[in-house]
Amino acid sequence: MIFLQLFYTFLKIGLFGFGGGYAMLSMIQGEVVTRYNWISTSEFTDIVAISQMTPGPIGINSATYVGYTAIMNAGYSQTMGVLGSMTATFAVTLPSFILMLAISKFFLKYQKHPMVEAVFSGLRPAVVGLLAAAALLLMNAENFSTPHDNLYQFVISVLLFITAFVCTRYYKINPILMIVLCGAAGAILY
Amino acid sequence: MNIYLESFGIFFKIGTFTIGGGYAMIPLIEEEIVNKKKWINKEDFVDLMAIAQSAPGVFAVNMAIFIGYKLRGIKGSIMTTLGTILPSFLIILAIALFFQQFKEYQLVENIFKGIRPAVVALIAAPTFSVAKSSKINRYTIWIPVISALLIWLLGVSPIYIIIIAGIGGYLWGRYKHSKSEQK
Repeated sequence: MIFLQLFYTFLKIGLFGFGGGYAMLSMIQGEVVTRYNWISTSEFTDIVAISQMTPGPIGINSATYVGYTAIMNAGYSQTMGVLGSMTATFAVTLPSFILMLAISKFFLKYQKHPMVEAVFSGLRPAVVGLLAAAALLLMNAENFSTPHDNLYQFVISVLLFITAFVCTRYYKINPILMIVLCGAAGAILY
Repeated sequence: MNIYLESFGIFFKIGTFTIGGGYAMIPLIEEEIVNKKKWINKEDFVDLMAIAQSAPGVFAVNMAIFIGYKLRGIKGSIMTTLGTILPSFLIILAIALFFQQFKEYQLVENIFKGIRPAVVALIAAPTFSVAKSSKINRYTIWIPVISALLIWLLGVSPIYIIIIAGIGGYLWGRYKHSKSEQK
């Protein structure tokens, strides 16, 4: 029964979760913590922290973790917990998978239609704004610290930011290599 | 190499290094899929971001679905989706099963302190290359500026920006169309 509820809940989150991982997190909290009490608020806070720290989209990370924890909290075995994480991850992906297939098909077919062209002529500049906003929103104390809280970390963060920006944009360093190098710098410098 | 395995492998690699949310995938897709593999061109890449943002669900997965579909239809999109999801699924599962205290390791914390500002830079950099491929000029520069400010300072959800920009583009297209018919 809890598996069905888990599936249905994450299907709903996948279907109505517009606006990226963070918007999804608040939906997950509303359903999983407040409504069903499958996990506690402090467990949820931990899950959010780990989802942000580990690789992968935050929506997928949190679905996987919440699925596992909810089933474990309900008193099932670890194997069932793994099944729970599969259920939640599958459910959260399914709606967008179906929708995106339909949209992709439509787009590839009517891409050259003048009206579709017109819509995208408005969307393209907005996407640039979206990207800029994403970068600006991430320039916060959580990612950079502040001169007041931790001057050393702030200075290192700004230097790493500038290095990564210049290296990827002007010297075409592979972004994956850049992430690995900055992770190593963090391990050495802190 | 078999295209299914190849696309799965590349998205597995991209999924592994997408740290800090879906937008972190943009520089990786730009490098691996647009520049290296040339599976989609720069213009389609911009359109794809608009599409992935306007559909519900996980942004990064939405992008993977589109690219997979463009490559090899439904089967292709299944491969790219699995590739994107699997690394995070396996890592989270390993953490949930074996190291619940993962985030308390000082070394892990330090590595991420180094990675986080880099990820922000990796998201900032494509803003400029995308601005170039979406042919922003002095008549259209206000659109990204206003959009970014609305989201950043006023907390407007990106989905509304997408809807308004789409409608705006449509109306502008009709207006230009009717004008050219009058001539």
